[in-house]
Amino acid sequence: MTVRRRQFSTLVGLGLFCVAVYAFPEAKSRAASFEPPLELRWAGDPEGGAPFVEANPANPEELVGFDVEIAELIARRLGRKATFINISFTSIDQSIERGDADIGLSGIEDTPARRAAMATTIPYYEFREVLSVRDADAPRFRTLADLRGRRVGTLGGTIAYEILLRAEREHGIQVVAYDDDVHPYSDLVMGRLDAVLLDNVLAERRRRALPGFTIQPDTVAVGHYVGVLAARNAPLRDAIDEILRAAMRDGTLERIFRKWEVWNEDQAALYARILAGEPARGAAEKPASAAALSRWETTRRYLPSLVRASGVTIVLSCLSMALAVALGILIASGRVYGGKLLRAALTAYVEIMRGTPILLQLFVLYYGIAAVILLPAFAAALLGLALNYAAYESEIYRSSLEAVPAGQLEAARLLGLGEFQVLTLVRGPQAFRLALAPMTNDFIALLKDSSLVSVLTVFELTKQTQIFATNTGSWVIPGLLCALLYLGMSLPLAALARWLEKRWKAATA
Amino acid sequence: MEGSDGLNPPVLRFSEVCLSRGARAILARVTFAVARGELVALMGPSGAGKTTLLRVTAGLEAFQSGTVQVEELELRGGIDCERKTLRALRRKVGMVFQFHHLFEHLTVLKNVWLAPVHAWGVAPREAQRRARELLAMLGVEHRANALPRELSGGEAQRVAIARALAVDPPLLLLDEPTAALDPDRRAELRDLLRSLSGNDRTVVTATHDEEFAQSCATRVLRVSGGKVFENAL
Repeated sequence: MTVRRRQFSTLVGLGLFCVAVYAFPEAKSRAASFEPPLELRWAGDPEGGAPFVEANPANPEELVGFDVEIAELIARRLGRKATFINISFTSIDQSIERGDADIGLSGIEDTPARRAAMATTIPYYEFREVLSVRDADAPRFRTLADLRGRRVGTLGGTIAYEILLRAEREHGIQVVAYDDDVHPYSDLVMGRLDAVLLDNVLAERRRRALPGFTIQPDTVAVGHYVGVLAARNAPLRDAIDEILRAAMRDGTLERIFRKWEVWNEDQAALYARILAGEPARGAAEKPASAAALSRWETTRRYLPSLVRASGVTIVLSCLSMALAVALGILIASGRVYGGKLLRAALTAYVEIMRGTPILLQLFVLYYGIAAVILLPAFAAALLGLALNYAAYESEIYRSSLEAVPAGQLEAARLLGLGEFQVLTLVRGPQAFRLALAPMTNDFIALLKDSSLVSVLTVFELTKQTQIFATNTGSWVIPGLLCALLYLGMSLPLAALARWLEKRWKAATA
Repeated sequence: MEGSDGLNPPVLRFSEVCLSRGARAILARVTFAVARGELVALMGPSGAGKTTLLRVTAGLEAFQSGTVQVEELELRGGIDCERKTLRALRRKVGMVFQFHHLFEHLTVLKNVWLAPVHAWGVAPREAQRRARELLAMLGVEHRANALPRELSGGEAQRVAIARALAVDPPLLLLDEPTAALDPDRRAELRDLLRSLSGNDRTVVTATHDEEFAQSCATRVLRVSGGKVFENAL
């Protein structure tokens, strides 16, 4: 009996172990750690990524770039095979932390926050933050101090972004954060921005592809690219540091960077300092960033910007919804009362807007038609959300209009009311009550969908939270605060809707 | 042109009116006239075509051939009614539906004054005064601020009559007005319709209630198989 019970316990234990191994891949990799893994999973973002990481234009299946070669070098010297994991730039740290990849290599900057939260390698490249302006503005916009009241763009969550936030306080510039490093330059040339602050590597790469802007010669700050690993992976990081040092010594890194035409004397000096055991210099040494502060202090610092971003979210959502309702009423009326041609055109509009992703529509509005109409970011965001939601609203109104009993309409017509009066005095008000519940639902959905407009550089709540999280290296507090603020906006809305429904249902039930 | 009694001119005249839906004839060469001041009951079983007759009279239903005359207005079968004619018709014909169709979102008072103000340009204050008068005449003034859902069947019917009378039409049509009424309310309605008809107002009511028709109407027309037959009292 005892033996049998023990056998049973062993079986249960084994079963649980198997479940755990399959349910938690991290546990699986640890369980298998007695055999060295054969691959080095490295994360990067190939969106506009040359010379770091990009799809080979000649063969899109193949990745090229200096970070690709460095990843392969590290993997080779570790005796592993490099496997690329595609992760958006601003999410690399979080993905590494959760175990999606072993190391992130994609022009990742060395910051105190990153060093505190992650295991970072020694720097392998030194870059300069440089200011780019339109050719015509080159003589007057030489430094950030010359850009008071002007719009300056950069990649969110970077050292350049932190520098611009300081310049916002000190010189009164307007900071515009992007999710990628390609659109800031196209917006600069189109006139949406007055300057861009980014790495010299990125700036020079874009200048080769896009004429019309000048890179100012002054260096705003110095920074370094590092590899980033999860804090628990410090032993692997140490092994990689040794590989990088060896590659600095034997000239492998120099050969890679020369091949990609980004080698300069700064790198020789950097390698000399690192090999001599000296620390790297630059922005990363300044304790200005979030990780140097306590969590409470960081939260206190970010809270006002989160509240401001909530303001953007609520204003944007309210204006978009108002416009969507107005357009939705027009579309629904056109579909119910219009001629064949109008009905077909409006049906096509509704199906196109519902059948394509809102993100695509936002991109088309902001970037796609920029050559014809240069919409400001907020206007494009407002219009994009409104045009998309108008399609959904119109369907609600159409079905509500059609749900008003025919007898009500006949009674109204018989009394002498014209069709427009029937719509505005009888059919519309009755349909509105039917539409109220789904409409409120849509408003709450829009409130959350407004986070998508961050791709158009509109600084709303989710975007601000993402930057907060990137700079602190954790999503816990930023995520909680963000959720609370969204709930703070959506719960009163839901309560208001319930109250209105109750009131009007009581009036008509 | 004379009415059936040969004295008053007809307010309503159907001449050879045909209406069919698909292969089914709803009205087959219907011919009859109703004189000014009459209270006519259209009697017949369900599906005989009574409601269709009322709807054709009110311009709610198109018909294929024949003519319908309401006072001097003429509606021709097979021709879309002109907007001008239709608007003039609205002034001449009031209708009380079987299920009343009171506007659910408006109070009783607003149900009554909505059309005079918005469709006929009566000043709001004057329209409200007249609405209250009508509600008082029909004994439902105390329900002026109630919503339709709060009314009993009898009250809703009276409000619907008040709404139809608010634009003072010479011809009032009622579709199955006794359908949801108990005997007491039926007697009240009979008295009410009698008081409303006569002089300048003509009342035509569709009903399948023989007793009500006989006790209420000055003349009964029998509707059967899409035809209308005279049935002198």
